[in-house]
Amino acid sequence: MPNIEINSDWCKGCYICVDVCPRKVLEIDQVTFQKGRHPVLVARLEDCTICRQCELLCPDLAIIVSNGKISKG
Amino acid sequence: MSEMGWTAVESVLKPGRYFLQGDETFAEGAIAAGCNYFGGYPITPSSEIMERICSRFAELGEGRAFIQMEDEIASIASCVGASWAGAKAMTATSGPGLSLMLENLGYAIMTETPVVVVDVQRAGPSTGQATRPAQGDIMQARWGTHGDYQIIALSPWSVEEVYTETIRAFNLAERFRLPVILLTEEAVGHLRENVDIPSETRIYNRLRPHDREPPFGQAEVPPMPTFGQGHKLLVTGSTHDEWGYRRTSSAEAQETLVARLSTKVTNHLDEIIEVEERFCDEDELDILVIAFGFTARSAWRAVKTAREEGTRAGLLRLKTIWPFPEEAVRQLALRSRVVLVPEMNRGQILREVQRVAPQARGYNKTDGEVIVPEEIGQAIQEVMRS
Amino acid sequence: MKSSTKTEGLTESILSYIRPEVFPTPFCPGCGHGILLGAILRAIAELGWNMDEMLFVSGIGCAAWIPSPHFAADTLHVTHGRSIAFATGAKLFNPGLKVVIIGGDGDLASIGGNHLIHAARRNLNLTAICANNRIYGMTGGQVTPTTPLGIRTSTSPQGSSEPPFDLCRLVVGAGAAYVARYSAYHIRPLIRCLKKALTHEGFAFVEVLSPCPTQYGRRNKLPQPGELLQSMKEECVSFPRAEKMSEEELEGKMLIGEFVS
Repeated sequence: MPNIEINSDWCKGCYICVDVCPRKVLEIDQVTFQKGRHPVLVARLEDCTICRQCELLCPDLAIIVSNGKISKG
Repeated sequence: MSEMGWTAVESVLKPGRYFLQGDETFAEGAIAAGCNYFGGYPITPSSEIMERICSRFAELGEGRAFIQMEDEIASIASCVGASWAGAKAMTATSGPGLSLMLENLGYAIMTETPVVVVDVQRAGPSTGQATRPAQGDIMQARWGTHGDYQIIALSPWSVEEVYTETIRAFNLAERFRLPVILLTEEAVGHLRENVDIPSETRIYNRLRPHDREPPFGQAEVPPMPTFGQGHKLLVTGSTHDEWGYRRTSSAEAQETLVARLSTKVTNHLDEIIEVEERFCDEDELDILVIAFGFTARSAWRAVKTAREEGTRAGLLRLKTIWPFPEEAVRQLALRSRVVLVPEMNRGQILREVQRVAPQARGYNKTDGEVIVPEEIGQAIQEVMRS
Repeated sequence: MKSSTKTEGLTESILSYIRPEVFPTPFCPGCGHGILLGAILRAIAELGWNMDEMLFVSGIGCAAWIPSPHFAADTLHVTHGRSIAFATGAKLFNPGLKVVIIGGDGDLASIGGNHLIHAARRNLNLTAICANNRIYGMTGGQVTPTTPLGIRTSTSPQGSSEPPFDLCRLVVGAGAAYVARYSAYHIRPLIRCLKKALTHEGFAFVEVLSPCPTQYGRRNKLPQPGELLQSMKEECVSFPRAEKMSEEELEGKMLIGEFVS
């Protein structure tokens, strides 16, 4: 089961991740407004293939994608 | 890693008497002081310094690095980079090259990087007369780069003093974490004289932190870490706090840093300023001649001649140009009816002297030739008459 | 898809390489330099390198802020255009340091151009990464020597009329051992390329086309970061594809891949 962690403190609302996701998993959170912008939310986690384009292209290291088995170390 | 603080080392040159050129001796003095990095660019009349140090480094080997860079800007930049990698770094140039180096000189000041810069002054401004002596870079050495800061500049008058003052320059740079400029003239750079090399050299190595200590604050002269040892250093020319984080919006950070860059020097003038007094012992002098560098040689002859002719003439020789030896000048000027400042410029040190000795007059020459004793002798007579 | 690529450059593996207290970064939303920041750290992590052996030297500009203060390593933030010269001194005196220079197109190719070509000529063991957003971002969006013809900037308001450098060809001509160009969009090839550049003997130069939505994008009808990134992707042509294209088709395109390796 994929896991997508979004650090909303570091997210600047550039929405590159929303644009590049091939499965449209991520969306703009139209409800929350903080630090002058809408952050990103995970809308369809079940469609995520863990391609990690969002994570690699995030300019702010604000997304961590994993396969659910996160190793704490 | 080398010992920290003061230590005595064997002279690299075998002790004895050598007949050396001034420029060559900058190289030998640097080597004696432990210089192990030189990044330079050729310019008349200082190229011989680079050439000598190049061949000597090749002979001596052992962790010394030499490179001729693509320009003067790159030369001093490479010296600063090497200094943070642990080197005792030096470059050598003349007026036009120093003009190019000023921005990175300011960087070295701001980051408190020890580095030695030799300026073998030639007639300027601009390209001027490459092979002719002058003393026109005095104010450039002091205020050439932008902002507020203190700088140390030394002025040797003989080839032997080139040796000792170059060692001193390195020691001061390491002690105060500051660039030190060796201001000399083409006349000294191309002079050949006897130099007595001693068996030992006293050198100062920068203090390094024992543990996690702020590299840019708390202590007046903070211990200086070296790259590659896990310090995760933040070195920047932007205004920074004691750990090196940029603080470009903090009034407090700016004031604290700029103030300490100055007070670390002004609080220790006794360690930095050196002057030499000759024939200055009387309660009253008829005339005090204040001179430096090559001009001081002629001034000394002129003062001796004046003494022989019955004038109570004294010589104050400035071995340190910056910080300016205000106190020494003031004290002597109080007992001197007349003060004369001969220099190969249009009055750069004169104005500094006049601030504490308003009676001072200049003998100023900018024709690209050295000032000879007879000229100073005549000037002495003229100012004494008026 | 190879399963191994799914574990490349894990963000978790690079969190120990940054100073978290200085995040979020000062970069604008959608700044390509942020993407490059991550790519560089991911490459280092994949190489298994120790940050304590590294020295990052950078000049002035947004790109220069990639390592300083974000990387938890020795960083040397110097005067505009001179990072390569400072780096040369440090590397020469301590060859054990792994020295990486990071700078923008203005810093490395305008004011710093001379130092760039001499470092390439000397072929010293240095890695230079040029975050090329083809504009002076930090000072408000002025034209640079890499701004494409016709692009509007604050000092080319009617569209730039000066031909730009092909930075990679310039550095190849100067003698570098490894020269490559990618864009921030091409993140996976970029990370692989950075690993090669970091480990390559001699002078390695990587040009990374980086979107600047604030200065470049807004003035040229591509203010949205995602759109600007996409347009950059469309501008880029790989070497094999370019071989099959005509001169007209290649007009305005940027070749990506390795020029010298």
